[in-house]
Amino acid sequence: MWQAYEMPTSVEEALAILARYDGRARLIAGGTDLILELQQGKRQVECLVDVTRIPGLDRIERQGDWIVLGAGVTFRQIKDSPLLKEHARLLPEAAATVGALQIQTVATLAGNVVNAMPAADGSVALVALDAEAEIAAQQGRVWKPVIELFRGPGESAVDPSREMLTAIRFPVPGPRHGSAWERIGRRKALVLPILNCAVSITLNADHRTIEQARIGLGPVAPIPFRARETEAFLVGRPAEEETFTQAAEIAAGEAQPRSSLLRASKEYRTEVLKVLVRQGLTRAVAQAQGMS
Amino acid sequence: MEVKTYPLTMTVNGRQVTVQVEADELLVDVIRDRLGLTGTKIGCNEGECGACTVIMDGQAVLSCLIPALRAQGREIITIEGLSDGETLHPLQQAFVEHGAVQCGYCIPGFILSAKALLDVNPHPDREQIKEAIAGNLCRCTGYVKILEAIEAVAQRTDG
Ligand code: FES
Ligand code: FES
Repeated sequence: MWQAYEMPTSVEEALAILARYDGRARLIAGGTDLILELQQGKRQVECLVDVTRIPGLDRIERQGDWIVLGAGVTFRQIKDSPLLKEHARLLPEAAATVGALQIQTVATLAGNVVNAMPAADGSVALVALDAEAEIAAQQGRVWKPVIELFRGPGESAVDPSREMLTAIRFPVPGPRHGSAWERIGRRKALVLPILNCAVSITLNADHRTIEQARIGLGPVAPIPFRARETEAFLVGRPAEEETFTQAAEIAAGEAQPRSSLLRASKEYRTEVLKVLVRQGLTRAVAQAQGMS
Repeated sequence: MEVKTYPLTMTVNGRQVTVQVEADELLVDVIRDRLGLTGTKIGCNEGECGACTVIMDGQAVLSCLIPALRAQGREIITIEGLSDGETLHPLQQAFVEHGAVQCGYCIPGFILSAKALLDVNPHPDREQIKEAIAGNLCRCTGYVKILEAIEAVAQRTDG
């Protein structure tokens, strides 16, 4: 499958190894998706560069106006993080729905983003937090919006044979903010989602109308989807059931889930999508109002 | 390019071992084929069933998805490391007493998932136990007796 295995202890060393292999090596973090893709022959590499021994990449911390997660942060750490539970509850909620505990223990959020699957729970969650990712290449480091990194199913703008996603950050949400993660699959563990939905809401000072809304959905498009029409509709409207029901219709209209042989029909997914959006809005608003 | 080999040193069931492994070997294969510890099972070989669960540095992981070389310097516990000679580990004993074992293929994985939980949380509730074993599939027992066996150990006050 692969001919060499390297374990660098710094980002610079990892990049240098990638450069030496000139496109024939690839970074591996948790590897829960990558190992399967390599075994099934969907990807080929000469060398795997294991980044899990690079110190300092496993931090979740607040830096000024940002919450920053190092590239080594696993779903298990996210699920248990008090900082994330306080400021962005949808992320620990999403992490808890990834695979099963044994997967959460090794799989990383950064790997989830680079793997670029449209259903990826971590990626869909980040889209609703307006997250950015730091990309390190030999020329230097830049921050880019996470949503711009997705090119198509399994195709990322980050090239893990030449560069490394080193950190993820999102703005610390202000007061009157709430968020929620909704997901439906055949069972609660070890299944890909039939649909998932991330909601992030900020209320106006009156606690009754919506100031800002962000909604991520998957898998309804080749990449994690942001429901911008629904978000625009929500702004300024009263945070109440009537609004949520209308928003759910708009979301179903703009997302247009398709039939998937393995998962579910278009009709079923359309109905479920509305329910998830409504539930997500209800829970996020309740949290923003301090009621949960 | 030739496949490179590397020396891999890790602690397995309390004993330090060094084996020479190829770059692309997976942990489950090293455990079973190089160390002869065949209590760790392969069900799906693709991260879907939990039969290959082992404990690495205190946490349950799927050894069919872990490149063997990642275990460098780590501490691994397999099912063979649980009993004390002829005396079964409390979880093993409880599985026997509660009739939680049928064909047995999934059982090492379940016991290690349960042990990883009890080691950090000796008295979990039912939901916590379910969460810990949700990544383990069993085609025989229907799970109820497995849950009961783990609960019985979790309710013991002597730890
Ligand atoms: S054999 Fe590893 S999860 Fe099935
Ligand atoms: S006892 Fe047969 S699979 Fe669990």
